Amino acid sequence: MREISEHILDIAQNSVVADASEITLSVLADTAKDLLTVTILDNGKGMDAAMVESVLSPFTTSRTTRKVGLGIPMFRETALTANGSFDITSAPGKGTGVTATMEISNIDRPPLGALADTMHILITSNPDIDFIIRMACDAREEVLDTREVRTVLGSVALNNPEVSAWIREALTEMNDKVFGGENI
Amino acid sequence: MKSLAELAAIRDKALGDVQVRTEKDGTRIVVGMATCGIAAGARPVLTAFLEEVAKRELKGVTVTQTGCIGVCRLEPIVEVYKPGEERVTYVKVTPDMVPKIVSQHIVNGSPVVENTIGYVENR
Repeated sequence: MREISEHILDIAQNSVVADASEITLSVLADTAKDLLTVTILDNGKGMDAAMVESVLSPFTTSRTTRKVGLGIPMFRETALTANGSFDITSAPGKGTGVTATMEISNIDRPPLGALADTMHILITSNPDIDFIIRMACDAREEVLDTREVRTVLGSVALNNPEVSAWIREALTEMNDKVFGGENI
Repeated sequence: MKSLAELAAIRDKALGDVQVRTEKDGTRIVVGMATCGIAAGARPVLTAFLEEVAKRELKGVTVTQTGCIGVCRLEPIVEVYKPGEERVTYVKVTPDMVPKIVSQHIVNGSPVVENTIGYVENR
């Protein structure tokens, strides 16, 4: 993966497959602490302790087309290479949270990449799932909650082309406001 | 933050559109977006499809993502489902191939055969 946002897209796909109805994605940067924290939190079916242990291995996957599952191991590798940490918490029936931290200034930390495009694809490809997108850099914080968007939309779907364009613009604005000008 | 008033206007316009098609009887463009697809560059491909469909204001066309389609070495893979027709599978798709696929196949019904696998001309 060349960008952190590609990892987010990949890991969030696990939440979708786990039948989550609500997914929270947050990207928080603290430049004073030189710390970037990425969290993917869902209310899907969760995993038991043994499964949590084993998903760190590339030879664990729930898909049936291949015997390997590289999403989590690669994200972990990225975080640890950038002198960060990687943590999964999960409980059956409750959901799963994946948190990765990285040093912002670390030479091995990939760029955030096309964060707005990533969030946009996740929202419009899964119009029945609620997404809470949180981006923050020091004092600047922006949140997009699709439940609020849905309240305005009524019966109009989130993947209606014009709604989709609105969401993309909203996310791009958020991204520029929070991370614009920062080398993240 | 973009204004919610703007969103309300979009809603009113959408509700006013006489559009009875549901997702099921429309065309579906599905992009493989498991780890393999993403690593091979599927995200810009999906974005390109969304842009092209929006630009042409195509009705009844949905662009969505799926997991691993099974031939990771040929990613990014895009499957096109048109009602009443065989599925067409495009392989090693790049964003610059998207306008041609949309105009030639989605709009005019003739698959871009050189970028597909397993496509059999049957009529």
